[in-house]
Amino acid sequence: MSPMSRKIPAPAVNPESKPFWDAAAEGRFLIKRCNACGQAHWYPRLACPLCFSDDTVWEQSPGEGTIYTFSVMRPDSPTPFAIGYVTLDEGPSLLTNFVDCDLASLRIGQRVKVKFQPTEGGPPAPVFAPAD
Amino acid sequence: MSIRGKAYVGGVYEHPIREATTQSTPQLHAESARGALADAGLTRDDVDGYFCAGDAPGFGAMSMIDYMGLKVRHMDSTETGGSSYILHVGHAAEAIAAGKCSVALVTLAGRPRQTPGGRPGARPAGPADAPEAGFENIYGGSTHTMYGMCAMRHMYEYGTTSEQLAWIKVAASHHAQWNPHAMLREVVAVEEVLASPIIASPLHRLDCCVISDGGGAVIVVSPEVARSLNRPLVKIIGSAEAPKGPRGGAGLDLTWSAGALSGPAAFAEAGVTPADIKYASIYDSFTITVLMQLEDLGFCAKGEGGRFVADGNLISGVGKLPFNTDGGGLCNNHPTNRGGITKVIEAVRQLRGEAHPKVQVPSCDLAIAHGTGGVLGARHGAATLIMERE
Repeated sequence: MSPMSRKIPAPAVNPESKPFWDAAAEGRFLIKRCNACGQAHWYPRLACPLCFSDDTVWEQSPGEGTIYTFSVMRPDSPTPFAIGYVTLDEGPSLLTNFVDCDLASLRIGQRVKVKFQPTEGGPPAPVFAPAD
Repeated sequence: MSIRGKAYVGGVYEHPIREATTQSTPQLHAESARGALADAGLTRDDVDGYFCAGDAPGFGAMSMIDYMGLKVRHMDSTETGGSSYILHVGHAAEAIAAGKCSVALVTLAGRPRQTPGGRPGARPAGPADAPEAGFENIYGGSTHTMYGMCAMRHMYEYGTTSEQLAWIKVAASHHAQWNPHAMLREVVAVEEVLASPIIASPLHRLDCCVISDGGGAVIVVSPEVARSLNRPLVKIIGSAEAPKGPRGGAGLDLTWSAGALSGPAAFAEAGVTPADIKYASIYDSFTITVLMQLEDLGFCAKGEGGRFVADGNLISGVGKLPFNTDGGGLCNNHPTNRGGITKVIEAVRQLRGEAHPKVQVPSCDLAIAHGTGGVLGARHGAATLIMERE
């Protein structure tokens, strides 16, 4: 099975999410943490989805975690790709693509790390690659 | 207040079309409505409540009410994807119990086979103004992969196998062979499911439902109206709905669906247990959808779904829990990529004794219709409906 060849479309950016994408353009991966309950969440938003406090702050993350689950779309086609959830070491899980790997080698529990991939006309998007 | 016994299903209709090359979507809604009214023995002018969801074209309920010339005093267009119509039957029972209407019409229709991008794998992942859009829709998620991820995790946690999932398709195909309207009438074996190409790992092509045009309608009526009709009495005794989503990504668990919330609530209202159920309509966008929901509804313990569905346990006349005896979405019909209304319709056929004789459950006096809409791999809504033959 070949590595991912899928192009990533430009993400929709709005005023609430713009700080994330501005940081992404500089290669920095941000998450949101809530000062009221102390928990990190994903996707980042103004009000904490766990306690609904609006005392949330941006935090730079190393973007390391483990694969929670994944699925490879049409693995026998010329253009397979892998989509899945990564559980960050900070706690929350996020949807992403897996890159720089043989898609047949992906495993639940595998350690992965964020990297940024160019998108079609938008800021770069976070994707994940095997950590080792 | 409970809706237990406060409303009945008076009429149902499943549009027989599967490839609607010469019909419009509003037309399919209206033809389905006419069919259900004829089944109930009611007329258009008896309808005083209308229910529809996101498949209703234009201005939704306003467009369809005007198109069909309805005069209603209650309307509801709650959108929970394919589960909407099961939820609508519950909402209609609530409205009838509250005196807001006495003859409620629920319709669904659509033509995904005629629409460029109408196929779930082809369409954009979601609207650009959805709050999660920038963070999720860019990754190529489709219904296939979003359910494939659930299956992958379920296998990892519970040892569920592709062979066990295949049994769900096998059971559906055993039922579909008797349905002249079913898109796929050929009986398949576990090996054939496993030999079909992987669409979104670990799901094979034959783990996926059909894509069909079509529609359906349900008429929900007050007890007084029900007793005036010359039809078997199908009483609504329990209903519930629930949402589920990643909710900040904390403690993400894709091995259960919102059915784990709606199911117990509906059973509690009905005052029955899963063991009492004689027939089950379970939404089947994919085989894994059925397996997870059977667990969530309490037909078996979480993680036991694979063993529960294996060896023909879902085949009418063979196993302990006959399911989707019309062939379901896996073989019969999945109109406009939404399975809810056909689940209600086949459950009503079973309770009336009007299912195909080869799949009719003997003395079928208690049935469940359950579905989810959206995707189990992210945000979705579940609806559970329990009905009794009086």
